[in-house]
Amino acid sequence: MASYSTSDFKKGIKVELDGEPYLMVEMDFMKPGKGQAVYRAKLKNLITGRVVDRNYRSGDSIAAAEVSEFSVQYLYHDATGYHFMHPESYEQYQLTEEQVGDAAKWLKDETKVDVVFWNDRPITVTPPQQVQVEVTYTEPAAKGNTATNVQKPATVETGAQITVPAFINIGDVVKVDTRTGDYVERVSKG
Amino acid sequence: MPPEGASIETLRARAALVARTREFFAAREVLEVETPLIGHGLVVEAHLEPIPCAVRGAGADSLPRHLLTSPEGPMKRLLARGSGPIYQLAPAFRDGERGARHTPEFTILEWYRPGFDHHALMAEVEALVRALMPERTPEAFERRTYRDLFRDAAGIDPFDTSVAAIAAACARLGVPLPPDFAASTLDDALDLLLVGALEPTLGRERPLFLVDYPASQAALARVREEPDGTRVGERFELYIDGVELANGYHELGDPAEQRRRLEEANAARVASGRPPLPIAESLVAALEAGLPPCAGVALGFDRLVMVATGHDTIDAVRAFPPE
Repeated sequence: MASYSTSDFKKGIKVELDGEPYLMVEMDFMKPGKGQAVYRAKLKNLITGRVVDRNYRSGDSIAAAEVSEFSVQYLYHDATGYHFMHPESYEQYQLTEEQVGDAAKWLKDETKVDVVFWNDRPITVTPPQQVQVEVTYTEPAAKGNTATNVQKPATVETGAQITVPAFINIGDVVKVDTRTGDYVERVSKG
Repeated sequence: MPPEGASIETLRARAALVARTREFFAAREVLEVETPLIGHGLVVEAHLEPIPCAVRGAGADSLPRHLLTSPEGPMKRLLARGSGPIYQLAPAFRDGERGARHTPEFTILEWYRPGFDHHALMAEVEALVRALMPERTPEAFERRTYRDLFRDAAGIDPFDTSVAAIAAACARLGVPLPPDFAASTLDDALDLLLVGALEPTLGRERPLFLVDYPASQAALARVREEPDGTRVGERFELYIDGVELANGYHELGDPAEQRRRLEEANAARVASGRPPLPIAESLVAALEAGLPPCAGVALGFDRLVMVATGHDTIDAVRAFPPE
């Protein structure tokens, strides 16, 4: 199996630790005056998202994780889970609710998401950084109030709850940042 | 995107620090010297990796050449030739060292003081650092022994401990153990504890000299025997805000002992699967000819600029990062 030795360590490499895939999210090189170098890595578990600290010394190595990532298209959701399709090969993939996690909040027909596969098994889903969704319910807009500092709750077509400015109406299409769930801007009026 | 490397403003501050450093040594009648950066024989250290280089016309031999990891060898040869006190501000090269405070090509300020011991030299290091950044160093520097630090901060006596006891201290202090830690040498285990848990706390209240290392970490320092029989390397390091700035020795003058330590460093390299390096025979010869009793120190000039200008990466104080 391929592996990374300490001289290959850097942010972004994917490694296998205790039988699970990890992403190196930080790497510090430390060296005492006349002593041996220590490589301090922060590793993020690609399945659970948990971050662990590990130390390595010159010459140590970690197994590389067979991780690949590509873009697939959302098809539908049913009792067996979430279904996606590769846009070119039409190969279909089924992911559980746990694997899809928070990304489920932003899935609608034909949404393209990045799926991470580990040893050919899908493990996580990353939605696009921003999605455009239609507002399906919110209290009527306050007349003449175009200020963005007055906020109100809204529900969008994917079922997610967000906070929008007071001037947004049902039927408006809005852009949302999927990492924070924050409203970005209005795309079109309903 | 911030520009790669130091801002022009930082480079001006850096140049001012260089100028003040030269004034400091001129006022004390320490001679500025320049010595070769390329050499064949090396002051071999177990954990320093020189950068090999191919040189045509350096000599008729086919011996390998390296960019030196520090100017220590040539400067001691000058001392043996009767130079008196000398200093040098020069590039140094160390392969494989890259991080927030490391870069393979960096600037070293190294100086030697005949007639000084390591305590007299610490006083001069303190005078220089305080002259260069008075606002950052209002108080006198602290001196603390390696033994006291480990006893107080980690609950172990570094002169009488075991890898198992160090592993337990690492666990208490939240330092993850690297693979195969149980097979570590005692010094490698102490080093992990030092960089993992202790160093970040050093020199926070005021700058700190860590002094009197275990004899096995003396490198090229003299070793003295304490009344209780422990053997102590007369070596010091300076820390400010958790950053290691300088390493100094009451210099070893015995050529046979010098050769033994260089060979020991090579043996440690071989034991960890790395090739031995050519030993600086010219340095051993200089010691045989007679090195005056002296103390010497190497200060990481880039790190000093980091501390003086409030930057936390070495790239922020050098014109360009390494290509």
